[in-house]
Amino acid sequence: MGKLLIIVISMVLVDNYPLAQFLGICPFLGVSNDLDSAKGMGIAVTFVMALATIVTWPIQQLLDKFGIGYLQTVVFILVIAALVQFIEMFMKKNMPPLYKSLGIFLPLITTNCAVLGVCISNIDDGLNYIESIFQAVGAGIGFLFALIIMAGVRSKLQDQSRMPESFRGVPIVLTTAAIMSLAFMGFSGMFS
Amino acid sequence: MAEANKKSKMSILTNGLIKENPVLVLVIGTCPTLATSTAVETGLGMGLAATAVLVCSNIVISALHTLIPDKVRIPCFITVIAGFVTIVQMLLQAFVPSLYSALGLYLPLIVVNCIILGRAEMFASKNNIVDSALDGIGMGLGFTLTLLIMGTIREILGTGTWLAGDWFGLAPGFKGIALQSRFIPGMSIMTQVPGGFFVYGCVMAAVHYFTKDKSKIRNSFGCDGCAMEEVCTDADKAAEKGAVA
Repeated sequence: MGKLLIIVISMVLVDNYPLAQFLGICPFLGVSNDLDSAKGMGIAVTFVMALATIVTWPIQQLLDKFGIGYLQTVVFILVIAALVQFIEMFMKKNMPPLYKSLGIFLPLITTNCAVLGVCISNIDDGLNYIESIFQAVGAGIGFLFALIIMAGVRSKLQDQSRMPESFRGVPIVLTTAAIMSLAFMGFSGMFS
Repeated sequence: MAEANKKSKMSILTNGLIKENPVLVLVIGTCPTLATSTAVETGLGMGLAATAVLVCSNIVISALHTLIPDKVRIPCFITVIAGFVTIVQMLLQAFVPSLYSALGLYLPLIVVNCIILGRAEMFASKNNIVDSALDGIGMGLGFTLTLLIMGTIREILGTGTWLAGDWFGLAPGFKGIALQSRFIPGMSIMTQVPGGFFVYGCVMAAVHYFTKDKSKIRNSFGCDGCAMEEVCTDADKAAEKGAVA
């Protein structure tokens, strides 16, 4: 139990995906301009990460059994794409309110490198099934966490701040992210 | 006639270098850019690997685009791209193991690099094979060029050397060109995560400054250049509708 807790906390703070490992930067920069969509995107990513891990971990065991582990990339991305499509259809039909708030982010998640990244790094780290699922959930929560902080900062940036003309837009967001990741570096070494 | 044709071919090739540079102007493919530009060597390796995949997938997709049904085109594109990524992965593992381990997780993640899917969707599925190949080369070189610039800045500031590395096994133990005094330690923060974000932001601001009126830099994250543009606009509409209801 203690180990699982450590996995989750270290994925949220120490190995935070956007701020410490450069995974999922596109949505981190793209969807962080207002708080509501940041929340929606973060929750949807967490959900898909957990489900994708639940599905891909057993598949990897199957691939290894037949000695075709090199097909990992192809199989994983197709499984994730199919899974996302399936979740979207299921939500649309059975849970319309949830679909309205989260469903719109689902198509964007297929090409999010954080999802494929967590599935592959679970295998690379040699974690067992339960640990993998906890790692995926932790990664998702960390992503949500970073996205919400960024959305909060950006809402202040857009309104009244003065900055050089060339820094407007994306460059200032990247510079802000640099300072945020500097703060997150303070967590490194917490569990070693 | 031939002259005009030649010119347009040239413009397809150079389009990706500066005018529509995928990383600095369209702001796609940011993850590998930040992660692998810690030094010139890894940046170059990443750039070339992605370029190879991009050119091959562009050629195959433009050859197949009349056969692929419109509704399932994204999964089809992803399958083609994933196939080429696997080939590149296996080749690197066999012939350049040092680069393979340096790129690590980011090598299989070329699959979800938005540049490749984006070009497949926006260019290769609408144009002929030769144009698509040229577009792939141009965009790939634009990506590589950006990685080289960022790798240069981060390596010089971070470790005080330039071009260090064993260059894919060709120059084992090459220490690089020392550009800093031995008494001034490198700012290792530049090769770490914050340095990546900071240098990327500054390079983009510099491009913005020098091309103020000549090229259209995106001020915000619009939708052009993104592979999921169509889906995303639909999603926006759905969100608006939801807000009204």
